[in-house]
Amino acid sequence: MSLRATSSQTVGPYFAIGLTWLERSDLAEPGVPGERISIEGRVLDGDGNPVPDAVLEVWQANSHGKYAHPEDTQKKPAEPAFRGFGRIPTDDEGRFRFTTIKPGPVPGPDDRLQAPHIAVTVLARGLLQRLVTRIYFPGEPANETDFALGLVSPERRGTLIARQTGGDAGRLEWNVILQGPGETVFFDC
Amino acid sequence: MKHLAGYRRPYPGTQPNYLSPLYRSSIKRAPTEPLIYLPHTLSEVTGPVFGPGDVDVKACDLTHLHAGEPLGERIVVRGRVIDENGRPVPNTLVELWQANASGRYLHKWDQHDAPLDPNFTGCGHTLTDAEGRYRFVTIRPGEYPWRNHYNAWRPAHIHFSVFGPAFATRLITQMYFPGDPLLPFDPIFNSTPDEKARERLISQFDWETTLPVQALGYRFDMVLSGRESTPWEAK
Repeated sequence: MSLRATSSQTVGPYFAIGLTWLERSDLAEPGVPGERISIEGRVLDGDGNPVPDAVLEVWQANSHGKYAHPEDTQKKPAEPAFRGFGRIPTDDEGRFRFTTIKPGPVPGPDDRLQAPHIAVTVLARGLLQRLVTRIYFPGEPANETDFALGLVSPERRGTLIARQTGGDAGRLEWNVILQGPGETVFFDC
Repeated sequence: MKHLAGYRRPYPGTQPNYLSPLYRSSIKRAPTEPLIYLPHTLSEVTGPVFGPGDVDVKACDLTHLHAGEPLGERIVVRGRVIDENGRPVPNTLVELWQANASGRYLHKWDQHDAPLDPNFTGCGHTLTDAEGRYRFVTIRPGEYPWRNHYNAWRPAHIHFSVFGPAFATRLITQMYFPGDPLLPFDPIFNSTPDEKARERLISQFDWETTLPVQALGYRFDMVLSGRESTPWEAK
C-alpha cells in the first residue's frame, strides 16, 4: 500500500511571521575551514519586477564535500560547526545575500564527482510549489562534466552558474529569474 | 558509497500546477520552461537536520507566548508526519503560521481592516516525536478578504512547513477546516487538480484531541515523499 504525498500550497505573502526565526544568512562561523564566499542577487518575476516576498533555502556540503547528515557516510572530515543550511529572505527590492564557504565536490551517479554546487529551494507568494535549482561556481573545470549541468541545454546552463562581481574573487552574483527571457533552470526534484 | 535510493515523485494530479491562472499571483511567477528531471543524488537525499537545541519548547503553544490570552477560539491541532510508505518521520522540524481570530496577520503588508491581537503572534514550531507526532495549541484563524478577485475571501487556514529527512522531502502546505463554505471558491485550495488530494488538506474534527472545557481538537496528518524501494541507479 502506498499513501500519496500531501499537496503543496503556497507560502503566501505573510510567511515571514512563521519563517523568520530560522533565518540564516551567514552559514559559516569564523573558524570553519574553506574558501569564504558571498552570493548575492535578486529574485525577479516575468515582468522583470523584483519579488520582495520570496525566501531562499540553501543546502550544501562542507569544504571537504561532506554533508552534515547521517546518510553521508563518506570518509571525509565532518565540520560540526558547519550545518550547511541557510534561509535567506529577499528585501523590498527582491535582493538577497548570504555568506558561506565554497562546498567541496560530492559524489553523483556512478560515484563520479559532481561539480561543487549549492542546492536551492525558492519559496514565494504565487509559487504553489517550491522551485528547486542549483548554484554552480564560475571557472570550475568540473562544470564541463557535471551530470546535472549536462541535463540542461547549453544556452540555459549559464543560469545555474554564479559569476564574479565587484572585482573580489569570493564575491559572486547569481539571480533567480522566475519566468521569461533568461528564465532560471528549475529542476523536478 | 553505496547506491542511494531516491525519493518518489508525486502521483499525477496530487500537486498544484505552478501556473494556476485563477490564483493571479502565479501568472507572473510560474516558470514557463518545463522543469528538468533531476535524479536524486547525495545532495537531494540529505538535508538540514534539526534537533532539540534548535527549537524553543514553548513554541508549540501559541496561546501562551504573551502576557495575556489571545482572543478567539482555542484549538488543538495534532497529527503525524509520515511518508508514503506509512513510516513515521521522527524528529523533524514542523513550523506553522497563521492569521489571528479576526483574520489579520501580524505582518506589515497585511492591511486588512481587522484588529491585531497583542497576545497573538501567530507563529510556532516543534519537532515531531519518535512516532512522527506533533501537537500545537493555537487559536482558530479567521477568514479574511484578499484582492485576488472581486469579493475574494480566503477560507480559514494554517500554514505548515515540514523538512523531513532530505532536501527532496521539503513540504510547504496549508491546513483547512472541515465544512468551510469558502473552500469551493478558493483558487489556492483548488489549484490542486485531484479532488481527493484537496480533501486531504482539510483537517478532521477529533474528539480524542478535544480537551474538555478547554479546546476543540483537529487532526491533520502530513505525508512526505516516500523512499524508492529499489536502489537508484544512474541511467
